[in-house]
Amino acid sequence: MKKYAYFPGCSLEKMAQSYHLSTIETTRKLGVELEELEDWNCCGATTYFHVDQLLAHTLVARNLAMAERKSLDLVAPCSACYKNAFFTNTYLKNDQDLAEHINFALEEDNLHYSGNIEVLHLIEVYVKEVGYEEIRHNVTHPLEGLRVAPYYGCQILRPRKNHEDVEQPRFFEELISAIGAEPVNFPERLRCCGGSLILTSREAALSMVHLLLKSALDHEAEVIATACPLCQVNLECYQQQVNQEFGTSISIPVLYFTQLIGLALEIPPKRLGLGTELVPATKVLSYARRETNE
Amino acid sequence: MSEKIGVYVCHCGTNIAGTVDVVNVAHWAEEQLKHRGVVIARDYKFMCSSLGQELIEKDIQELGLTRVIVSACSPHLHETTFRNACARAGLNPYLCELVSIREQCSWVHTDGTAATEKAKAIISGGVERVHHNEALEPLHVPIHPSTLVVGGGIAGIQAALELADAGFQVCLVEREPSIGGHMAQFDKTFPTLDCSACILTPKMVQVGSHPNITLYTWSEVERVDGYVGNFTVTIRKKARYVNTDTCTGCGICWEKCPKKVVDNVFEAGLGKRKAIYTPFPQSVPKYPVIDVENCIYFERGKCKACQIFCPTEPNSINFEQEDELIQLEVGNIILATGYDLFDSKRIPQYGYGRLSNVFTSLEFERMCNASGPTEGKIVLRDGKTVPKTVAIVHCVGSRDENYNEYCSAICCMQSLKFAHLVMERTDAEVYNCYIDLRTPAKGYEEFYRRVLEEGGHFIRGKVAEVTDSARFPDEEGKLIVQVEDTLIGKQRRIPVDMVILSAGLEPRHDAKEVAHLFGISCSADGWFIEKHPKLDPVATMTEGIFIAGVVQGPKDIPASVAQGAAASARVLGRIQQGEIALEPIRASVIEEKCSGCRICNDLCPFNAILFHEDRMVSEINPALCQGCGTCVAACPAGAIVGTAFSNEQILAQIEGLLLINLQSPSRVLA
Repeated sequence: MKKYAYFPGCSLEKMAQSYHLSTIETTRKLGVELEELEDWNCCGATTYFHVDQLLAHTLVARNLAMAERKSLDLVAPCSACYKNAFFTNTYLKNDQDLAEHINFALEEDNLHYSGNIEVLHLIEVYVKEVGYEEIRHNVTHPLEGLRVAPYYGCQILRPRKNHEDVEQPRFFEELISAIGAEPVNFPERLRCCGGSLILTSREAALSMVHLLLKSALDHEAEVIATACPLCQVNLECYQQQVNQEFGTSISIPVLYFTQLIGLALEIPPKRLGLGTELVPATKVLSYARRETNE
Repeated sequence: MSEKIGVYVCHCGTNIAGTVDVVNVAHWAEEQLKHRGVVIARDYKFMCSSLGQELIEKDIQELGLTRVIVSACSPHLHETTFRNACARAGLNPYLCELVSIREQCSWVHTDGTAATEKAKAIISGGVERVHHNEALEPLHVPIHPSTLVVGGGIAGIQAALELADAGFQVCLVEREPSIGGHMAQFDKTFPTLDCSACILTPKMVQVGSHPNITLYTWSEVERVDGYVGNFTVTIRKKARYVNTDTCTGCGICWEKCPKKVVDNVFEAGLGKRKAIYTPFPQSVPKYPVIDVENCIYFERGKCKACQIFCPTEPNSINFEQEDELIQLEVGNIILATGYDLFDSKRIPQYGYGRLSNVFTSLEFERMCNASGPTEGKIVLRDGKTVPKTVAIVHCVGSRDENYNEYCSAICCMQSLKFAHLVMERTDAEVYNCYIDLRTPAKGYEEFYRRVLEEGGHFIRGKVAEVTDSARFPDEEGKLIVQVEDTLIGKQRRIPVDMVILSAGLEPRHDAKEVAHLFGISCSADGWFIEKHPKLDPVATMTEGIFIAGVVQGPKDIPASVAQGAAASARVLGRIQQGEIALEPIRASVIEEKCSGCRICNDLCPFNAILFHEDRMVSEINPALCQGCGTCVAACPAGAIVGTAFSNEQILAQIEGLLLINLQSPSRVLA
C-alpha cells in the first residue's frame, strides 16, 4: 500500500481529535501508511487568501515543499486544508512566475518546491487508493441497517479535478455501502454548511444548518457522516440554537466517516474518539456494544 | 540572367501605403534587384483594379516579361485575378507570384521604416522564388453527371430534389429506415407554426417517387474512392428482411408483431414501436424493417408472426436476407448528415433521467405531435396529469464552456414555440429561463413578442439546478427550478410540474469518421468545415464534396433548406461544365526514391495517396491532391516533390528574404 505525507491541520489537534484518531486507526487497519509532516504550518484557512494571496500561497507551499522532500503525496483530512493545498499546488505547477516568487521565499527555510507531488483529500485515499472492494473485504462487522446521510459539503468537490461528476457524485454513498450501512437519499448533501458565517451572520448561517439537518431527517437518516471538521462543528454544535430559532426539536448525531469505517472494522469505539459527542450517537454505538456483548 | 521580371507594388489605398513607403520599395526593387532579373518595378494605388491589371498586361507584352511579382494582399484574395491578367497577356499564369505585404507586413506593424525594409525583403524573396516557377497546365477531368446525397433530412431532401428536378440522377442514402430526419419528429415549426409533417411529407413523397432519384434507406456509405467528377462509392444496404419488390406497406406485419420495443430514435424514448416497424405513418419508403436485436424470431428461433400474416404473394418477409454492397459512380457528393441532440444527462444537476418530469426538447416535440405517444396531449410522465406550471430551460449544453461553447442557434425559437404550445393546449403558467434571447431571423422577433403577449414569463438567468427537494410548503411534490434572476438581482426558486430542457445540437457521434471517409475536415467542435465561412459555405476544401444543413454548424430549417439548394446549385454548375480544371499545384512521388515507408499515406488529409503493395511505392492521385504540402515535408526520403512549392523554390525564397542575393550575387544560383 502507498505511503502519504499526512497533514492533519489545526482542527484535528483539538476540536476534531476524534477525526484524527479514527483516521490513524482505520488507515493502519487498511494498510495505508500516513507519515505526519514534521513541523507543518497553518493552511491559511478560510481567511488568509483574501488578505494576501502571495503570502498565503507561500504558507501552503512550505507544507508542499516538505512533503516533496520526502517524495510523498500530501493528504489532508480537512476539506478547507485540502482545497487550499490543492489550489496552491495547481497554481505552482502552472504559473512559472508565481513558483519563482514563492521558491525565493522558501529558500529562507532551505526549501524548494518543484511541483512533483499531488494533493489528496483523505476520503480519496479510501475511495481511490484502498477502494470499495478492499474495504468490503476488510469489514468484519457491517453496519447493517444504519441509515447514514453522506454529507459531502462544498469544498471537497471544488475545484473540479478532471471530469468527475461534481454535481451528482456517488463516491460517499458507495463508501457507506461498502461498510454495510445504508446511504440515504440526501438531496442537500453538496450544499454549504455555512463555514465561518456563524461568526458574522448568525441568522443566515443557522438557516443553512437548519436546511441540512431537516433534509437529512426528512429522509430518515440516523446519523450524518461528514469529511470536514468545520462541517461537523456547524452541524452538531448548533443544533440547539437551530431548535430555538426555528422551533424544532432536531437531534441527529454528526460523525466523521472514518469513525463509521472504524466501527465496521471492529475497532473499539474509544479508540475512534466515540463517546465525546455533543449529540449522543446512541444508535451508532449500539452497533459496537452489540458486538462486545456477544 | 535570362529572366525578365516585373515587380508591382500595390498601395491598397492606405492599407499598405499608410505604413509601407511603397514608392521607395518599388525604386529599391528596380535598382537593387536589377542583377536578379528585375527589369521594371511599379507602384500603383489599386493593383487589382482594371487599370492596375492592364498595367501588368501592357508590360508583359511591351517589355517581354517572363515572370511577374505582385506585391499586395494575401494570395487567398487576388491570386486568381493576377494570374488571369498574366494569362490574358500570354504569360503562363503560374509564372506570376503573389507576395503579401499587407496581411504579413503593413497590417501587423506600426513602425513604417521597419515595415518598409520588411516589404523589401519579402519582395526579394518572391523574386528569388519566381525564378524557379514552372509553367504549369491545369488538369482537366470529366464530371460524372450523377450525384450522391448522404442524409435524408430536410437539407438532403432539398438538395436531392433540386438536382433531380434539373434532370440529373441522384442517389440519396439514409441510415434510418425512412427519410425525413429530425424535421419529421417535430410537431410545429417556428415562427409560423405550420405543421412540420404537412410541409415535409410532400417533399418526402416527391423523393420517393421521383424518376431521377434512387433512394437507399437503411443504408450507409462504406467506402469512397476516386476524386472529383469520378467518385466510386460503396454503399452497404443493410438487410431489411423485407422484400421491397413485393411488400405493399399494408402494415399487417407490425400490427401482428408481438414484440413491443421502446423507440429511442424516432420517439426519443417516449413511445414504443414493434420489432418490425416503420418509424412513423408517413415513412418513405413505406416498407418496414426488422430490428434484429429485438425480434423474437432472431432471438429464439420461433415466432415468425409477421411472415405468417403477410398477405402478399409471394410472401414479403425474408429472414434469410443479407446485407448488400452496391457500387455507384458519381461526380459529386453532398453531405447532409445532420446532428445529434445534446445528451442532457451530462448535466446531472438538471435531473434528466433522475427526475421523471424533466423532459428533453425532442421528447417534448414528440409529446406535442398528434401522431406521437400522447397524441399531442401535454402531460406529465404518468401519461395523464396536465401540468399547471412548466419551466423551459434554455441553452442546455450550449454556450457553456463545460460542454459546448457555441450557440446552438435554434433553441431560443424552439423554446418560444414550446411556451406557445403549452399555453395553447393547457392552462399552465410557463417560465422561460434564458441567458440571452436570440431571435434574429425573419418573423422571429415578432413571434417572441407574441409569446410575451400571450403571458409567458421570462427570467434572465442560467438555471443552477432542478431539484425535488422541497424547502417550503408550496414546493412539496414539485420540481424546483433554482435560478438567479439577473434582472432583479435575486435568487429564485420556482416550483413547477414539468421542466423542458431545450437541449443544444451536437455533431453526429461519428462525425469524425464520416469526415475521414469523405476526406474532409471537422472543426474542433466537430462540425464539418466549409471552404470559406462567408463566401463559400457549402463547398469544402476537397473538390467535389459539398456540405449542407446542420452538419456544417447549428442552423434552423430555412437555413438548412437554403444550404441544400445552394449545394445543388454548386453541383449543377459542375455538371453543366462537363469537366473541371484542377489547379496543377500538387505533389508527386519520385518512385525510385520512395522506400515504401507509408508515412505519407495516413498524413494526407485528402486520402489522395495510394500504396502499391506489389511495387512497394506510394503514388499520389493528382486529382485528389490539393497541394497542401504535408507529405512533401514529411517524406523522410525526400521522395515527394511539390510543383509550385519545391525545395528549390522555398530555399531560394529564404535566401531572398535574408537579402543574401544583394550581398554576394555569385552565391545565389538561379
